[in-house]
Amino acid sequence: MTAGLLSRWRLSCWRLPALLPPLLLVLMLLLAFGLGAFAISPADLARAVWARLSGGDSGLAPAVETVIWQIRLPRVLAAVLVGAALASAGAAYQAMFRNPLVSPDLLGVSAGASLGAILGIVLSLPVLAIQGLAFLGGLAAVALVYGVAAAVRGQDPLLFLVLAGIAVGALLSAAISLLKVLADPYDQLPAITYWLLGSLAAVTPEDAAALLPALLLGLLPLALLRWRMNLLTLGEEEARALGVETGPLRLVFIAGATLVTAAAVSVAGTVGWVGLLVPHVARLLVGPDFARLLPAAALLGAGFLLAVDTAARTLAAVEVPLGILTACCGAPFFLWLMASRPRGWA
Amino acid sequence: MLETLDLAYGYPGRTLGSGITLSLEPGEVLCLLGPNGSGKTTLFKTLLGLLPPLGGQVRLGGADLAGLPRRAVARRIAFLPQSHTVHFPYRVRDVVLMGRAAQIGLFATPAAADRAAADAALESVGIAHLAGRSYAEVSGGERQLALVARALAQGAPVLVMDEPTASLDFGNQVRVLQRVRQLRDAGHSIVLSTHDPAQAHALADRVALLRPGGLAALGPPARVATAQALAALYGVPVAVERLAAAGTVAVVPRL
Repeated sequence: MTAGLLSRWRLSCWRLPALLPPLLLVLMLLLAFGLGAFAISPADLARAVWARLSGGDSGLAPAVETVIWQIRLPRVLAAVLVGAALASAGAAYQAMFRNPLVSPDLLGVSAGASLGAILGIVLSLPVLAIQGLAFLGGLAAVALVYGVAAAVRGQDPLLFLVLAGIAVGALLSAAISLLKVLADPYDQLPAITYWLLGSLAAVTPEDAAALLPALLLGLLPLALLRWRMNLLTLGEEEARALGVETGPLRLVFIAGATLVTAAAVSVAGTVGWVGLLVPHVARLLVGPDFARLLPAAALLGAGFLLAVDTAARTLAAVEVPLGILTACCGAPFFLWLMASRPRGWA
Repeated sequence: MLETLDLAYGYPGRTLGSGITLSLEPGEVLCLLGPNGSGKTTLFKTLLGLLPPLGGQVRLGGADLAGLPRRAVARRIAFLPQSHTVHFPYRVRDVVLMGRAAQIGLFATPAAADRAAADAALESVGIAHLAGRSYAEVSGGERQLALVARALAQGAPVLVMDEPTASLDFGNQVRVLQRVRQLRDAGHSIVLSTHDPAQAHALADRVALLRPGGLAALGPPARVATAQALAALYGVPVAVERLAAAGTVAVVPRL
């Protein structure tokens, strides 16, 4: 009797941290829809949603309906999708490269995807082509970084991965700078500069809609193979000895995570830190098992970016770029994490 | 079981040893002795198909290992790597559960049967109480036992252990070797490498002396791991004495 109660109590304790990411996301959704130049109460929001679902009349002023469905919804949707994308890609990269410090930023994926997307902007291509170029750029960057690090194969593969990431990132930044020099200074350059800082201010319903298929396509292999990802954290040889065909598996994971990152970058620009930070927090909450880590990181990333984006449009009279805000909370948190956990990264 | 035919091993452009022909019998313990740099770990990786042979063949159940999918290999050979660490705070039970990878479908997660197998394996090596502990925080000996449990959960009849007693204290060395003997008695075939020739005398049915370039000798410990052979292998004077009272063989250096 006592033992049963005790184990049930333990179970609920175990579940409590796992419930945190979805609860946080719901809270952030209410805030994101409610806050802004035109405040909307949760009751009005519920009425509008119910009217949509049941097909009846909400009894709200048309202006309120417009704000909810035309102005807030695309932006909320984009923030949720971009946050979920960056966080799950970060969780995947960290497990795949057996390194809790790896992130889409560090591996050059973000820079590569940015270069591809900026190229698309300069050439005035449609959204889908920009996404495609971003994907190719991200994939090329991660292949280059991983290839160089694998070819060196020194004493410390982790160090070489980081160094290769820095070098390739610098090269890509140079290429981005070149494009900025070549861009039209009155029309394209401000767009590129603002976009490089990360923003969802100019997001259209079409952008949000274009993000969804790429995100689902990239997340599908990560979700299907979620338990196998744990085996890759053991390293190439051990995973193969346990019966895993690591080559194809790694390729599928890299393609999925890169596609997801590229889709996010092509809509929101470069938003740093989410892919590094959120998987850490998710791991603290639910542990390293990727089957539990992936959904937790995705939900937490969605909630986090929604909070950041809501702050970005409500803090000041002008929009604060997302990259500035994520860096402002990300960097101190990261330093705190580093100082408080000297060994055994969570 | 596992056999090699005129096997050459090493890395591309650098052959470490060649001409290795041996076969592992069911229920046999084969102990590999050799100085640092003789290529024990490389030979093991070649036996497991993690490195391609530079010549000859590794055969598993009569088939060429190189042509088998990893899953089929993992169902028959389990590998216990040396000085093992994990990069994320997995629990001991999680690590043991990863041994089930070859039994679990590509898109599946471990089922109740897999969890039961992992728990049974933990129980049988006597570390069930560590199941919920962080793998990175248990002692080296407990980690080694967890790897034995993982190999059991894997359900493979052949175990390849790379220096299972390296960097363990005296008590943990004995505990790990006791498990090895139990596994042999349960019908497993075991290949293990060690730096302690006395372990070969205590445990092995056959001993292989590995020097740079290939095998120096292969046979029962009493015939192969002699004072002269060990002295030649390691380049230091060695005494091998039978301790009648304890029923064991002591191998000591002459300083």
